[in-house]
Amino acid sequence: MSELINSSLRQLSAALAAKKVSAVELATLFLDRIDKFNPALNAFITLDRDKTLAQAQAADEKLRVGAGDTAISPLTGIPLGHKDIFCTKGWRTSCGSQMLANFVSPYDANVVEKLAGAGMVTLGKLNMDEFAMGSSNETSYFGPVKNPWDVSRVPGGSSGGSAAAIAARLTPAATGTDTGGSIRQPAALCGLTGLKPTYGVVSRYGMIAFASSLDQGGPMAKSAEDCALLLNAMAGFDPRDSTSLERPAEDYGRDLEKPLAGLKIGLPKEFFGAGMDDDVRAAVDAALAEYRKLGATTVEVQLPNSGLSVPAYYVIAPAEASSNLSRFDGVRYGYRAPEYDDLTEMYSRSRAQGFGAEVKRRILIGTYVLSHGYYDAYYLQAQKIRRLIAADFVEAFKECDVIMGPTSPSVAFAFGAKSADPVQMYLSDIYTISTNLAGLPGMSLPCGFGANNMPVGLQIIGNWFGEAKMLNVAHQYQKATDWHTRMPEGVK
Amino acid sequence: MSRTTQWEVVIGLETHAQLQTKSKIFSGSSIAFGAEPNVQASAVDIALPGVLPVLNREAVVCAIKFGLAVGAKITPRSVFARKNYFYPDLPKGYQISQFEIPVVLGGGLAIRVGAGETATEKFVNLTRAHLEEDAGKSLHEDFHGRTGIDLNRAGTPLLEIVTEPEMRSSAEAVAYAKALHALVQWIGICDGNMQEGSFRCDANVSVRRPGEPLGTRREIKNLNSFRFMQQAIDFEVQWQINEIEEGRAIQQATVLFDPDTGETRSMRTKEDAHDYRYFPDPDLLPLEIRADWIAEVKSGLPELPQAMKARFETDYGLSSYDAETLTTTRAASKFFEDTVAATGKDSAKLCANWVTGELAAHLNKTDMPIEASPVSAAQIAGIIRRIADNTISNKIARDVFEALWAGDGTDADAVIEANGWKQITDTDAIEALVDEVLAANQKSVEEYRAGKEKAFNALVGQAMKATRGKANPQQVTDLLKKKLGG
Repeated sequence: MSELINSSLRQLSAALAAKKVSAVELATLFLDRIDKFNPALNAFITLDRDKTLAQAQAADEKLRVGAGDTAISPLTGIPLGHKDIFCTKGWRTSCGSQMLANFVSPYDANVVEKLAGAGMVTLGKLNMDEFAMGSSNETSYFGPVKNPWDVSRVPGGSSGGSAAAIAARLTPAATGTDTGGSIRQPAALCGLTGLKPTYGVVSRYGMIAFASSLDQGGPMAKSAEDCALLLNAMAGFDPRDSTSLERPAEDYGRDLEKPLAGLKIGLPKEFFGAGMDDDVRAAVDAALAEYRKLGATTVEVQLPNSGLSVPAYYVIAPAEASSNLSRFDGVRYGYRAPEYDDLTEMYSRSRAQGFGAEVKRRILIGTYVLSHGYYDAYYLQAQKIRRLIAADFVEAFKECDVIMGPTSPSVAFAFGAKSADPVQMYLSDIYTISTNLAGLPGMSLPCGFGANNMPVGLQIIGNWFGEAKMLNVAHQYQKATDWHTRMPEGVK
Repeated sequence: MSRTTQWEVVIGLETHAQLQTKSKIFSGSSIAFGAEPNVQASAVDIALPGVLPVLNREAVVCAIKFGLAVGAKITPRSVFARKNYFYPDLPKGYQISQFEIPVVLGGGLAIRVGAGETATEKFVNLTRAHLEEDAGKSLHEDFHGRTGIDLNRAGTPLLEIVTEPEMRSSAEAVAYAKALHALVQWIGICDGNMQEGSFRCDANVSVRRPGEPLGTRREIKNLNSFRFMQQAIDFEVQWQINEIEEGRAIQQATVLFDPDTGETRSMRTKEDAHDYRYFPDPDLLPLEIRADWIAEVKSGLPELPQAMKARFETDYGLSSYDAETLTTTRAASKFFEDTVAATGKDSAKLCANWVTGELAAHLNKTDMPIEASPVSAAQIAGIIRRIADNTISNKIARDVFEALWAGDGTDADAVIEANGWKQITDTDAIEALVDEVLAANQKSVEEYRAGKEKAFNALVGQAMKATRGKANPQQVTDLLKKKLGG
């Protein structure tokens, strides 16, 4: 049975359908691995074995009585973990913060509801950078997540718990969110496949907001095929999210098997300049060579404003965050300072004590850029840059079907290596941020190993609503390579 | 010349009208008044982590109705913004409002200032009207020094209506507020209940010497009655004039009116003003209103009071005053038109007199809205028909009305029949009666002949009394004159 930890979701689904394994057995398999490996990794921060097993039993019941029924989905009985940014009814939902360390959500996020509706079993809640602000998982109130490939290194962030848990085979799949690279960068640093959909494809209802105009939930798993199955269940219009898009349902896996002959891959010269480590460059170049073997051609494209993406992002995201996080005031739920003399003090102490340093830094930046007299110079300028960046992509996609490049400029770095220098940390997302600013879909998939035998991620950027195309491009590569099947030694 | 005449008063009003929608502006919760604290507060209203606002289109319809009613421009693409500040009854830490691009731009209201002969007409231009959500309430009593929070009101839809600084006296401000109050109820977007806070005004007041640039303004917050508005503005104006005349400059400030002392006092000055850090709400798309939506709303809009008033004057020949009075509320205008429909257009003036006279007096005395009148339009029409065909006199008509008001009888004819109030129009019968009265009141006859006009009235009274009011007073008068003169 232990070979199931490396199985694809489709294989798990087949095993469940054939009664080779029950949902309870499958959940138990992963819960036992969590017991064994999680203390060293700190990926899961909330577990509830009874709840998990009850869900698994319900899934088994569905599988037993409803075979051939529409109540059964290809995901019924398959366990997964939720990033702790998703509100999960009856489970603590902390967003990695002391501010919400006592918050048990009374409702399910749309994504949680949909995956539960598809019959998936919740293993627990996954660690993350506090309020998704970070690229290394070092800002979590619950302590950093360790990278299963080398526990002295970061797993990436902010969906670091999700990435580490999948890499360590503590769960076959997980949810993540991506505001500036928070699905793709940890996927790259942990050797996984992760997908950030086009803005509006996945409902943000119940996903604790960081930067509303950039946040997007998405799947993280071992392969593109798994991500397609998960995205099928996660995506869709939600009337409770005004930015959710009303589009016909689609099967994101419909093009997985399409051959790549004739595929045009755009390579932005801005993504291949200085700043990328040599080991990353070598792995990405090798992946591109593989694509050419599969029949694709590469063409240089230009994204002339991409250099402005990090500064624009660090105006827009903190601006929205400063306002989104105002609701955490100690009045109705969450952390309240134990002592205060008046209202102002209750606010200032609750927020000073309840938020960590990085969150406070971003609230300060955001408050500043929205202030009277600075709004035009910062926020409005950044919004203009955002439109320029989107326009660059429109031009680029006239010449190619997908865009490729590195996901992260380096492999996973050591704890503390960048945490003293916020700007260095922010540059970890230099290749991923522009897709969020443009609302485009992006993926990361493993394409080899770099220095110290750490995974390297290849980024694919699709055109708006080009998820099926991206998944096709990723899947064909994964059929030709086995990087995505590799597993860290320490968790075997 | 009094001192104030050397000063020009400048007033602009901002009014918050609570919209009569079924649910809140960004959530599905009810907005009914008076529920137990926090029972009408959903996950969205209490701003749980992860929740999102969804715009209630019903609130937009209200804004469109208002824009059409005041002849404003309905903005094809308006934007919701976040107004950021911390307060315990503001759950998100920001209020969703419209800032740079409001849904309604411009327009205005014709108002009538004063009454009777001296009344003047004026047109007040509006700057804008925008949609926003209300905050909750902080409850400072009953919590032993602590503060309770009730979020039932949080998210209630409001239309904030802003005028240009065009009013020049408290009377004008009150006239505008009353006209606006009537209009929002007329078009059915607000219940106008000022006690419950459904309609509340802030007045921006400044003074200047005529011809000079605008003075520094102070904003009087939350005026919830027309009387307080008048008092507050009058006090504030005099206070500002005194300050300036004594050599002190006015500081921009927000002030509160204390109805107990009749004074305004400063709540905060410009120095402690918030920086609200407005920015477009990324959770909401811009509000797009296409021409077909506006056309649809327009087709459902009732005839507006101005147009109806003009029609009453031309179609029914009513005086401007009566037409104005009858178009104060839709219910009054409907009652009047229902009455006219039953009597015929020829009796329209009589109908107007009855609705604005006898009926209004009774309603006022019992503080009853016209919708609840115990005497229906059909019943009043029944009375009017019997006046018109001389079956009853005006005096008897009032008795019939009293009877119907008291619930004695189903209609005028039944009341007249039951009481034997049919007017005596038979000349012979009246003549016999007049002879009797003359015979029985020789003293009055002599006095009249001696030149005492009063004595004649006494004789008329005696004759009417003898018929218990049923004789036609004109006929009695004519006959008496004939007999006494002859």
